[in-house]
Amino acid sequence: MRVALFITCFNDTLFPETGRATVEVLERLGHEVEFPFAQTCCGQMHFNTGYQREAIPLVRRFVEVFSPYEAVVAPSGSCVGMVRELYPMAAKLADDEPLGRRIEALAPRVFELSEFLVKKLGVTDVGAYYPHRVTYHPTCHSLRMLGVGDAPLELLKAVRGIDFVELPEARECCGFGGTFAVKNADTSAAMLGDKIRHVLDTEAEVCTAGDNSCLMHIGGGLKRLRAGVETVHLAQILASGAKEERE
Amino acid sequence: MTPKARPPDAFSPGKTPSFEESARKSLNDAQLRRNLGKATRTIREKRAVVVEEMPDWEELREAGRALKTRVMRHLDEYLLLLEESVAKAGGHVHWARDATEANRIIAGIAKSHDAEEVVKVKSIATDETKLNEHLEREGITAYETDLAELIIQLAGETSSHILVPAIHKNRAEIRAIFMRELGVEELSDDPADLTNAARLYLREKFLGARVGISGANFAVADTGTVCVVESEGNGRMCTTLPNVLVTLMGIEKVIPTWRDFEVFMQLLPRSSTAERMNPYTSFWTGVSEGDGPKEFHLVLLDNGRTNVLEDEVGRQTLNCIRCSACLNVCPVYERTGGHAYNSVYPGPIGAILTPQLVGVGKPGPDSLPYASSLCGACYEVCPVKINIPEVLIHLRGRVVRRRQDRDGLRSKLDPENVAMQTVARIFSDQQRFEQAQRLARIGQWPLARSGAIHRLPGKLAGWTDVRDLKPIPQQSFREWWKKNRGTS
Repeated sequence: MRVALFITCFNDTLFPETGRATVEVLERLGHEVEFPFAQTCCGQMHFNTGYQREAIPLVRRFVEVFSPYEAVVAPSGSCVGMVRELYPMAAKLADDEPLGRRIEALAPRVFELSEFLVKKLGVTDVGAYYPHRVTYHPTCHSLRMLGVGDAPLELLKAVRGIDFVELPEARECCGFGGTFAVKNADTSAAMLGDKIRHVLDTEAEVCTAGDNSCLMHIGGGLKRLRAGVETVHLAQILASGAKEERE
Repeated sequence: MTPKARPPDAFSPGKTPSFEESARKSLNDAQLRRNLGKATRTIREKRAVVVEEMPDWEELREAGRALKTRVMRHLDEYLLLLEESVAKAGGHVHWARDATEANRIIAGIAKSHDAEEVVKVKSIATDETKLNEHLEREGITAYETDLAELIIQLAGETSSHILVPAIHKNRAEIRAIFMRELGVEELSDDPADLTNAARLYLREKFLGARVGISGANFAVADTGTVCVVESEGNGRMCTTLPNVLVTLMGIEKVIPTWRDFEVFMQLLPRSSTAERMNPYTSFWTGVSEGDGPKEFHLVLLDNGRTNVLEDEVGRQTLNCIRCSACLNVCPVYERTGGHAYNSVYPGPIGAILTPQLVGVGKPGPDSLPYASSLCGACYEVCPVKINIPEVLIHLRGRVVRRRQDRDGLRSKLDPENVAMQTVARIFSDQQRFEQAQRLARIGQWPLARSGAIHRLPGKLAGWTDVRDLKPIPQQSFREWWKKNRGTS
């Protein structure tokens, strides 16, 4: 399948390794990945902070750039959630019916990586090898907005060498919430404290998730505490692999 | 007991602090954190069990949503029908545009019966209108008879939860309040002993009061029946013992027919107290000869509700049946408690209801839609499927647009607005975006020398207070792609 990579502005700038891993996994499964250079940002931060008029040009831009593709895949639950769940609201706000119709046509073809692999392609074993103790935090938007369900867990459990451990109170928000982490920094920190406690309880060396934004928040807290736990995006675990196993 | 003045909130005149400001204080209260954490976890787990056992829970939620949506669409018709039905059953209906009108009507009724004391069933609508304070000014003492309402009334505090107003207090704290305020000399912190102390105090009030005041969970348009759902039985006493009963009800509480209880009576107890059925459900239809109050007044309150109805996205907020399930699952509420919201409606539902009722454009309430990480746990449990995250986002938009359109230059120069406009401009063009990526990498140099950013300037310091920040790497994804894969 010809797949367009929606890298997200956040991963493009801060976590290029997650983008490279996504490409590696998709190509390993025999898909052709394209990267439309004209993409910038889906507009989520603006939209969710209330700067919705400012987000509308970004919505139009996204629709323009990605409409030609059969499938669009992103290593981020929240950015895909923005496109699938909130773009219709943006079109309404812009009072632009044709835009609404284009969104309706495009949105079902935009996937978060784990749901694309498991639900769309029906793959759980992507040939990864990752000899580490790993726990998984389901990010709120992948869990509740997109309903990815157990897809990430199925992928992780099929990874060779992995020592997977369930995260207690996993479904509770980590406290990131975009600009919430800055606007309500104290509440965000209190939520982070509990998430970190649960991560440490697992004695995992790696905490993974499908969103680098939440991971940057959890990982930033773990680093500050010198906790000795790494945060790694799910795509990177799935991409790590076969080569190391042979060595 | 001498009633104490309660702290002001979003529905009082004057300004209230922002959520961030109030939350900062409550987050540091270790006792509060412990009390709330324990209470919300217990009720959350219990709710999950009683919801799990319902095979048709999702269908019930959908039915609840559909019923409420229909009510809102035809609210005018249902209210007129309700008025007609109540009058036919011998009750009197009053229409109150706002809190002042509602309070004046209720005080007038109490005065016409020479009442110096009234007994009250737990009612958030009367908290919203500040009825107790108004009655006090008119020389009438209002006694709260719900155990938790009594506790906070004695403590001179406000409710911190829609269903369990004293959730922030533990047994030891309640014991201290009772000993101090009720003059009880010997009292243990055993729940039965505490309840008994309240019972002895309240019995006298129930028997002496001429006027009872209640809120309403539902009112049936085609029969005129009003319904109060409760656990303690104090509500039953207030609605049956006094000669006069006054009910203050938000206009959104009307339901079309008696049969609709089939849906709501399954949804409400499970969602609120995590019970299959609550202990006391009182229904009354006007007045009945020789049974219960001789006079019944229903006061229908607008107080901003028709403004909420006007907003196409926001109007679903009026579907709320006040179960408080959203509070119990909210990770923000669990940590900050209800007082941080500075409103009689705390938690996720309060964050969308309060600013809509008082109107967007007040700094305190305007901060409420931001009191959420948008995790969506509230939407997942809402028995009438109010899409709270959607309304939160919608209200954030209204807050920002109003500020931009009204405040002119001041809002243009607001640092957040400047940053948002700049970033939006950067994202609107590929070249600008790529240039900004390069500039940010260079610009971070003074902050990122040791391999991690430990301190950010300005508002962003909120991030680095408790978290390190990874510096921007030397190569963006698109630069890697360009180098290794050429174009597209």
